[in-house]
Amino acid sequence: MVNHVSLSETFNKDEERVNWHDETLWWIRQKRDKAAWQIPEWEELREMASQIKMNTLSNLHDYLLQFEKNALANGIVVHWAADADEHNKIVYDILTKNKVERIVKSKSMLTEECHLNHFLAEKGIDVIDTDLGERIVQLADEAPSHIVLPCIHKKKEEIGELFHRFLGTPEGNADPQFLTAAARIHLREKFMTRRVAITGVNFAIAETGEFVICTNEGNADMGAHLSDIHIACMGIEKLIPQRTHLSVFLRLLARSATGQPVTTYSSHFSKPLAGQELHIVLVDNGRTRQLGRPDFRNSLKCIRCGACMNTCPVYRRSGGHSYHNAISGPIGAILAPNLDMKEYADLPFASTLCGSCSNVCPVKIDIHQQLYKWRQVLTKEGHSPAAKTAAMKVMAGTLSRPGLYRFAGKAGRWFMRNIPWLTNNRLNPWYKQREMPAPPKESFGEWFKKMRK
Amino acid sequence: MNVGLFIPCYVDQFYPGVAIATLQLLEKYGCKVGYPAGQTCCGQPMANSGYEHLADSCNTLFVKNFAEFDYIVCPSGSCTLHIKEHLHDNASPAEAKSIRSRIYELSEFMTDILKVESISSRFPYKVGLHQSCHGQRGLYISQMSELVAEPFSKPGKLLQMVEGLELVSLGRSDECCGFGGTFCVAEEAVSVKMGKDRVDDHLKNKVDVITGADMSCLMHMEGILKRQKSNVRVMHIAEILTQW
Ligand code: SF4
Repeated sequence: MVNHVSLSETFNKDEERVNWHDETLWWIRQKRDKAAWQIPEWEELREMASQIKMNTLSNLHDYLLQFEKNALANGIVVHWAADADEHNKIVYDILTKNKVERIVKSKSMLTEECHLNHFLAEKGIDVIDTDLGERIVQLADEAPSHIVLPCIHKKKEEIGELFHRFLGTPEGNADPQFLTAAARIHLREKFMTRRVAITGVNFAIAETGEFVICTNEGNADMGAHLSDIHIACMGIEKLIPQRTHLSVFLRLLARSATGQPVTTYSSHFSKPLAGQELHIVLVDNGRTRQLGRPDFRNSLKCIRCGACMNTCPVYRRSGGHSYHNAISGPIGAILAPNLDMKEYADLPFASTLCGSCSNVCPVKIDIHQQLYKWRQVLTKEGHSPAAKTAAMKVMAGTLSRPGLYRFAGKAGRWFMRNIPWLTNNRLNPWYKQREMPAPPKESFGEWFKKMRK
Repeated sequence: MNVGLFIPCYVDQFYPGVAIATLQLLEKYGCKVGYPAGQTCCGQPMANSGYEHLADSCNTLFVKNFAEFDYIVCPSGSCTLHIKEHLHDNASPAEAKSIRSRIYELSEFMTDILKVESISSRFPYKVGLHQSCHGQRGLYISQMSELVAEPFSKPGKLLQMVEGLELVSLGRSDECCGFGGTFCVAEEAVSVKMGKDRVDDHLKNKVDVITGADMSCLMHMEGILKRQKSNVRVMHIAEILTQW
């Protein structure tokens, strides 16, 4: 079965790559730390961002209607999609109405979540991802492994190889600057010839009906400005009430994501250019369900900065693909079970609950607490292996009866023997790469009884 | 003061020396220590695996054992945190609530309640301090590297009082070791890799001993050190503080 355990086990077969992956992401975590320390009021900013999002979520209905009203007044066409399927159909309808078969798309985790590329490919639409990292994974026929750094799992040599195959760069050339220039030329032609551009949305402002896209490459702007039709796709939680709130989020976003003070481009889109159509698709896809779960509601505050992934000691050593979901890492692990409990029942367990994610999160989502709570929910909903349940019952029984516990301890240190319900082979996974402490002559309880009475 | 000694199940079973050192420390600083013989476990192994609902009788037992003490002290940040956050008992909810506010991890109990300012122990070795996540990020016994906030460390402060002890600084001051309770066997590959990396950081800094306030993390790292046939030892902080 494909799950986080098996996928990360495979990833760990190449230890040198794991080291490289870990160190690359840790370096970004350190850049984030440095950037955060430049702002004395960093922790207050996080608190403020968290509260603005809390207000947004508590009044989402009203803010959405306010946003729609203002966007319509600005001349934007507004669409509502209940789920991924509806979202994909809305996009496809716009394309067919305008007889467009080739489009460009800048980075949008929402369209990844909705599997838009796959859907459109089946309908014969050619989609070119224009974000460099996304283009790389697209050429490799893979999914992004990180929401901010989609191809962070690929070494530059592998990228050189891909470009040689698909873009005709000289074999063996892995110079990042050279490869970027090659991608630029390749993408320039797409930008110039394609009439429709899809983009994501980082923030949508209820008060003004405008939206903001943050990129470093300017590819969203290039696509949007050169197109006849710009379609922006966003999850309904991307709203913020007022323009003034943007200052809080823009200070946090890039610092948390990459340690930059701000993204190179923070572009506002408020009305269509002359002769252009501007569409916005507002997507629910399970978000209102998550909003209805008090324990997990907070997860909708996420601004997709990726900091929780960079800091996660598990993510760094298991790779983004081990989460088998569009959004990986700690935040992915609390969003995914909302979409499909059975499919993603493994993810909340892919954590030591160390809590580092919650500490870096710029909107203060209690990520590790939610991981713990999802574990309880998933178990109660029956998404737990029967053998694990049986073992847990034995354990609970032993631990609630002191007499039995003392007997079991004496009979052979039951503690480690009771855990390995997960593997089919009879070896306790503890011993594969570790030793157990030598069992002492007597337990503390036995010692105490003898020495103190 | 009347202190109830809570010894986590795996410490009781595998590391009686840690429990003895804890007892000695508490007594040295004037506590009247009781050890309820009927204690077993905080229930965390079930709860973190998603079976919090099976921990009810474990909880009741815990309340029965510890309700009478002024304070409950435990040489494990993780078990302490679990009780603090999750102890419930439908039969005696008030007692459970009160226990949640009276339980302390050993090093925070020493710095915050006993107000220990000097220690008469001597340990002339290079020591690396492993900041266990639950003690640090859960109980806040040390500042966390993610936050823009003044650094401090309660176990670090105690270790600094030990004569001859050299506390090394690590490449990554508070990264998780990968033990994670049942995670250590359920996600064996990642758990071990995390443990190896943590151990490496200490080895690179040439420590003689790795210490910490949580024996579970140390057990995991000890398992890796032993497999590597390393001479570096792990010791619970209580074992170092009692080198007098
Ligand atoms: S959960 Fe927080 S840290 Fe993680 S991506 Fe979202 S905003 Fe960033």
